[in-house]
Amino acid sequence: MTRKISFSEAVNEAMKLAMRKDPNVILLGEDVAGGATVDHLQDDEAWGGVMGVTKGLVQEFGRERVLDTPIAEAGYMGAAVTAAATGMRPIAELMFNDFIGSCLDEVMNQGAKLRYMFGGKAKVPLTVRTMHGAGFRAAAQHSQSLYALFTHIPGLKVVVPSTPSDAKGLLLASIFDDDPVIFFEDKTLYNMKGEVDEEFYTIPLGKADIKRQGSDLTIVAIGKQVHTALKAAELLKERGIETEVVDPRTLSPLDEETILASVEKTGRLIVIDEANPRCSAATDISALVADKGFDYLDAPIKMITAPHCPVPFSPALEDLYLPTPEKVLRAAAEIIGDETIVTV
Amino acid sequence: MTIAKSQTKSITQEKAKWMYQKMNEIRQFEDKVHEIFSKGVLPGFVHLYAGEEAVAVGICAHLSEKDYITSTHRGHGHCIAKECDLNGMMSEIYGKATGLCKGKGGSMHIADVEKGMLGANGIVGGGFPLAVGAGLTAKLKKTGGVAVCFFGDGANNHGTFHEGINLAAIWKLPVIFVAENNGYAEATPFEYASSCQNIADRAAAYNIPGEIVDGKDVVAVYEAAERAIERARNGQGPTLIECKTYRNYGHFEGDAQTYKSSEEKQKHLQELDAIVRFRKHLLANGLVSEQELMHIEQNVAEAIEKAVEFAENSPFPTEEELLRDVYVSY
Ligand SMILES: Cc1ncc(C[n+]2csc(CCOP(=O)(O)OP(=O)(O)O)c2C)c(N)n1
Ligand SMILES: [Mg+2]
Repeated sequence: MTRKISFSEAVNEAMKLAMRKDPNVILLGEDVAGGATVDHLQDDEAWGGVMGVTKGLVQEFGRERVLDTPIAEAGYMGAAVTAAATGMRPIAELMFNDFIGSCLDEVMNQGAKLRYMFGGKAKVPLTVRTMHGAGFRAAAQHSQSLYALFTHIPGLKVVVPSTPSDAKGLLLASIFDDDPVIFFEDKTLYNMKGEVDEEFYTIPLGKADIKRQGSDLTIVAIGKQVHTALKAAELLKERGIETEVVDPRTLSPLDEETILASVEKTGRLIVIDEANPRCSAATDISALVADKGFDYLDAPIKMITAPHCPVPFSPALEDLYLPTPEKVLRAAAEIIGDETIVTV
Repeated sequence: MTIAKSQTKSITQEKAKWMYQKMNEIRQFEDKVHEIFSKGVLPGFVHLYAGEEAVAVGICAHLSEKDYITSTHRGHGHCIAKECDLNGMMSEIYGKATGLCKGKGGSMHIADVEKGMLGANGIVGGGFPLAVGAGLTAKLKKTGGVAVCFFGDGANNHGTFHEGINLAAIWKLPVIFVAENNGYAEATPFEYASSCQNIADRAAAYNIPGEIVDGKDVVAVYEAAERAIERARNGQGPTLIECKTYRNYGHFEGDAQTYKSSEEKQKHLQELDAIVRFRKHLLANGLVSEQELMHIEQNVAEAIEKAVEFAENSPFPTEEELLRDVYVSY
């Protein structure tokens, strides 16, 4: 049975179901419960994360399995890597993906490489949940979208869900996957509601989802930008253009087949990625299509990305930083060769 | 380890007035930001410094523009104590073009390098090595300056704490590490997260002096800072000062603070309040008159109102700012 819940509740539910199913699943991170050792604090008054995403987990699973950590990302991330390699199935929360600077070694040189370096004699069933995304007025060190950084590194899987229902199924798949997975949660999506199945279910990593069918233009969009694509698709429909919106859902592995098949059908590609443009998911997907789908293309590939600058604080500038449906329309007008698309 | 008590010797009347003014500026600035934020006018996150005024002011009272400070996410108080412009600060928090960082940094990144303020910081533990770098410059260029690193109790468990202090110690750099132990990192108590009774105890590991002060007694902070800064300026290397303090508001605006007990809150907000205590101290010692104190309080209130007005009437930055200052070269 499905019912409408928020993205945040869907993520919470996935963790709850995973922890019920497997006692090896533990959650660790800063204030994932909150108030450790505070006598007067009832478990139901505990924070459950800065955004309340992990609320209630400590009540059900106790502080043995829901571990508040000191502000020591290198420490707990490294510990999560080898806890995973030695029999646990940890979910480590990195509050903001921007804080990866404090524990990149543990993820990049340890977690990602153990299995390969050890000749296949280790596995690291670790899930790192982390918040990303601009638009929250959280400024340069709390707003980045760093999924490309992880996609670059062999050994890591990278998941960027765009809806509550995908978030739940993908998180459950990530937790029960035997490789380290970096799971991105856009902070501006947490309140978004959607139909989500109550039951335990998984969505395979490496399987894109076609969020809208169309024959004239393909838009591949990452995470929250799927919704920018869907809005643009509505506007384009009013102008007689049928847009296909492809949500890769996981950047590593990447479902090349679905992307290529869509471009083969439509002949045109726009990629929307709110991260910085150089060496990004946008350039990666564009390169894929240029390399393996060149013959399908009727027009140049267009990328709608952030500019090559940090995320500015001022709302006036941050709004300019992010992709918008209007920017998509402008790109569509260019590759379709019809200026009226923007002006109607 | 004993907690240093204030001896009330060294503060001149002029300095005392400056300190009282700065403490009031911080308190009133933060109360005002709290008020505006709760109306939903301000973008983003703000972390308020109210309650901890004695730390920033007691330390910065010894500094001039040639001295640098590094700060934290809770940086408004450090900025004010380092004499950053109130209008520019308020404007920055509003994201306006007239802000100290042209609206591009916001509350968590207010900076004014010319004033020696190397920025509030969104990364916990970010300040330790940054202060070491400023100390290195001071030593190599023989500026006579020092660098002060303000940090929270939560930050003292971050790896950068150890790397930074060790570096400053082996190179005998003029750096003062100032812990603002307000008992909590977000909703996590210091006692849970730290395997030490006091942050200052950790100084022993690096062979540097560690001192604990009542961080809500501005005179005690002032005197501890004097000792540490003198050591630093004499080439004797870093000191770790732990100020026991308390934040009056939540971790950020919107925090219900269920982890604090009401008795604890009451005690800190009333009888232990740093400004109330300093006021009493000034009057009891005849350093400043009641009339002068009231005059300072009123001037501060006007300055804060003006800062809000300035911010509200300022324009937002325009599009050309988006790509400016990514690099020096273009
Ligand atoms: C590297 C890093 N980890 C986590 C955070 C999230 N965070 C911001 S403030 C904070 C608590 C800091 O506590 P403390 O150092 O005691 O400073 P206080 O807020 O009490 O002034 C945390 C965990 C961060 N900003 N940077
Ligand atoms: Mg603290």
